Amino acid sequence: MADQKTFFPRQVVEASGNRWDWALLPLVLVVIVLMAFGARQMATPYQIGTELPISLDMTYLPYYLLRTTLRMFMALAASLVFSVAFAVLASKYRTAEKFLVPMLDILQSIPILGFLSITVTGFIALFPGSLFGVECAAIFAIFTSQAWNMAFSLYQSFRNVPPELAEASRVFQLSGWQRFWRLDMPFAMPALLWNMMMSMSGGWFFVVASEAISVSNQNIKLPGIGSYIAVAIEAKDLGAIGLAVGAMLIGILLYDQLFFRPLLAWADKFRFEEIGGAQEQSSWLLTWLRRTERLQSLGDGFASLLNRSFGLFRRHHDGTSIKARTLEPSQNMARTWDAVLAALILFASWRLAVFIHTEVGWSEVGHVFVLGFYTLVRVMLLILLAALIWVPVGIWIGMNPKIAARVQAVAQFLAAFPANLMFPVFVLGIVHFKLTPDIWLSPLMIFGTQWYLLFNVIAGASTIPTELRFAARNIGLRGSLRWRRYLLPAVFPSFVTGAITASGGSWNASIVSEYVTWGDTTVQAHGIGSYIAEMTASGDFPRIALGIGVMCVYVMTLNHFVWRRLYRMAEDRMHF
Amino acid sequence: MNQTIVNLKGVSKSFSSADGAPRTVLDQVDFTLREREIVALLGQSGSGKSTLLRIMAGLVMADGGEVLYRGQPLYGPARGISMVFQSFALFPWLTVQQNVEIGLEARGVPAVEREKRAEKVIAMIGLSGFEGALPRELSGGMRQRVGIARALVVDPDVLLMDEAFSALDVLTGERLRDDILELWEEEQISTKAILVVSHNIQEAIMMADRVLIFASDPGRVRYEMKVDLPRPRDADSAEVRMLVDEIYAVMTAGRVRTGKTVEPMRLDERLPEADISLMEGLLERLMDEPFLGHADLPQLAEETELTDEELLPAAEALALLEFALLEGGDVALTDLGKQYVAAEYVERQALFGKQLLKRVPLAAHIQHSLLQDPSGEIKEEHFLALLRDSLDKDEAERVLNVAIEWGRHGEVYRYNYNTGMIQLPETDAAEAV
Repeated sequence: MADQKTFFPRQVVEASGNRWDWALLPLVLVVIVLMAFGARQMATPYQIGTELPISLDMTYLPYYLLRTTLRMFMALAASLVFSVAFAVLASKYRTAEKFLVPMLDILQSIPILGFLSITVTGFIALFPGSLFGVECAAIFAIFTSQAWNMAFSLYQSFRNVPPELAEASRVFQLSGWQRFWRLDMPFAMPALLWNMMMSMSGGWFFVVASEAISVSNQNIKLPGIGSYIAVAIEAKDLGAIGLAVGAMLIGILLYDQLFFRPLLAWADKFRFEEIGGAQEQSSWLLTWLRRTERLQSLGDGFASLLNRSFGLFRRHHDGTSIKARTLEPSQNMARTWDAVLAALILFASWRLAVFIHTEVGWSEVGHVFVLGFYTLVRVMLLILLAALIWVPVGIWIGMNPKIAARVQAVAQFLAAFPANLMFPVFVLGIVHFKLTPDIWLSPLMIFGTQWYLLFNVIAGASTIPTELRFAARNIGLRGSLRWRRYLLPAVFPSFVTGAITASGGSWNASIVSEYVTWGDTTVQAHGIGSYIAEMTASGDFPRIALGIGVMCVYVMTLNHFVWRRLYRMAEDRMHF
Repeated sequence: MNQTIVNLKGVSKSFSSADGAPRTVLDQVDFTLREREIVALLGQSGSGKSTLLRIMAGLVMADGGEVLYRGQPLYGPARGISMVFQSFALFPWLTVQQNVEIGLEARGVPAVEREKRAEKVIAMIGLSGFEGALPRELSGGMRQRVGIARALVVDPDVLLMDEAFSALDVLTGERLRDDILELWEEEQISTKAILVVSHNIQEAIMMADRVLIFASDPGRVRYEMKVDLPRPRDADSAEVRMLVDEIYAVMTAGRVRTGKTVEPMRLDERLPEADISLMEGLLERLMDEPFLGHADLPQLAEETELTDEELLPAAEALALLEFALLEGGDVALTDLGKQYVAAEYVERQALFGKQLLKRVPLAAHIQHSLLQDPSGEIKEEHFLALLRDSLDKDEAERVLNVAIEWGRHGEVYRYNYNTGMIQLPETDAAEAV
């Protein structure tokens, strides 16, 4: 590798480190110091019951921002590890797939806050006398809001590796390890990154709930933006909320510029399809990093380490060795596995029936199902309403490329914006004008998720072929005919994709948005979300579990019978 | 006789389709690949030639029979067997150099040696200067050069080429083919044998020492032809033209019933995948100068600039519907065909519909069933299920699609894509929409 340096200009080779190195040094040091500081604060001694002081003084905000961001990145790292493990197991082993994929489907429809209420005590018990247990619970809650879509995306990518590339990797004798790094991971990278960004945005929504933990009458507030907002809500301090929003925006901007932009620009080379229209990502930081020498050599070091591992984990025999002969998978083993799964399911159903019978009673189940139906009606109506507004707007924006580019950036920002910060305004309004919470709390559910509708419709409208647009104008399509025959069918597939995301998010959001507090005022709507939130506040575990279970049933049924069908229909006959 | 490299004895392969019924793709195929020879496999799509290549590549396991490489049974891809893919199959995130090196990297060849060997092949194949480029920056021809370099860098014993030039334009494909033949003739590459799967008849004759023609349902070798011409061969020479003619004759014979000996078509038989407008265009062209109703297939292919993959099914379909006769690599218009060309659009449709019902039992069966149904419509699934008894899922869909397209043109029945229903054509009274 030594002679590779000759490709660089002289001054770069001879100086030890170059000017780009020196310029970047402070930035690197600051990031390292901040991370070390934040991490140390996480493991400070702590006894349950002691109150952690949260100050509304704005000088504390940067510190809180650091703590929250650190938590989110730790959760992101955990999600990444989980996703890789999940995707590898599920895509390589048929038996594991049978169990893992439905499990993830269920986990995905469990409301995120449900995890928190169930797991927090366990985590605290794991690290007695240290704050780290509570931190873990918070990180875990954020993890549950980030991991599932990443895992699914990775699994899908692994399954959809182009067959001719898979064949090439076999013909050229790549081992499993080599294939993972040379084919599977690179192919999955763009989709994975996109989902990581989505996950980060989604994570903010639950930061408030996961940092200010109030379970079983415990009230722990971890230092962070979420707790700051929680305290501000208790103190009815609108100014402080404004400051928190500002800090958050700065945080989002920082990690976007320092983390995601460079990654996206770097991952550009992993794009598989060769569409000319796809906009190229660029990042000043990546360009900078690529010009440095010291930091660049870190990357080279990693690459050469990977290369050396290829030498170690390679295939030692080829197709003529008896070891290449695939052993017939034993029929008995497969059958035993199926039987074990079936037995587990039966056992779980029986336990569930017993549990419901003794702990909550069947009438309560019926009641919760009715509550779930209220929420269902709300979700569907809201998506309809949001569609009425955003579909025309999205089509208009999508067909004006100049505006689209600008609006897209703003809209992505809005998606990261935690809608729960808007809640106080709604509570004040509802209390002031004496409005019905059942109606007026509803918009909060879709506040954060409607943007997915908008994005997708914009994206869909911008892919309408130019010639079709000309044709539509040429034959003078107008009025309702123009919408029915041309615009609506054209954006339908992307609308469905957006609606699926929006619907899932709205169910999740119902827990925070059907039960909202501002200082000592609590406004509550009828629905399964408020039921779960209420039970969480009073620490009634059987009823939390019941609420979560019923919501799961609703979400999965809706996904299976409505969204997936619409999606397939759209995929089948409405595309260009 | 040269030494045997790959030996297949009684190889069979069937795939189980989605509904569980196995479909035989290869039936008892014997094949030997010897040192210093290039063999070409020809056959219509679905005849199992690609499957045979993949069995030799170790990518697909045979169900029955024996697959030996240098005397050893083959359970997976062997180190000595390399492959060039139709779609190039380059790793888009690796540079040309990295792509070429991948086979060496997998084998644990040290970096320095890897680089040296890759550079040598890159220079040989004409890619010098492009080492650092990503595949997406290259044209199709250059990409396939990378694919070939990647296959050659591991010094393979056998080189398998799966329609390696069919994704390229004609001129680029021919140049690349000639370059490889030159390397082969001058023994610049250590490769002992090349197997080419192709559907281009001329390409096969230009390259191969032996040409095998596959028959389908189930796939088996129908015809073997030796090509004893010195290389480089001239595409316009009489010898090459004669051999091309011969292959056209073999490939069109038997597939289609010629004028006198009408053997009835089976209900669930594969229909040639031919586009209506292509068929019409071909009929009109046959009528015109210089053919005047009679043409030599290779000449027709050249004149119409159609590939063999497009021309042969269209010609076959015309013969099936009695618009043309196929004999000995020639195609001739029948009186019916001449009548069709002379007719106006509506008349043409009626004629087409009549012939369709007469000659294609599937179409007749669809119409018969529709006429019996009071609603005048039937789900396509019924016919798909029928076809799947003897064809696999994709094949069945393809055949039904052809039947639907032809039926639409002949106004025998209609099809609604959204509902998946096959319907009788509307009479004036039954206008709904």
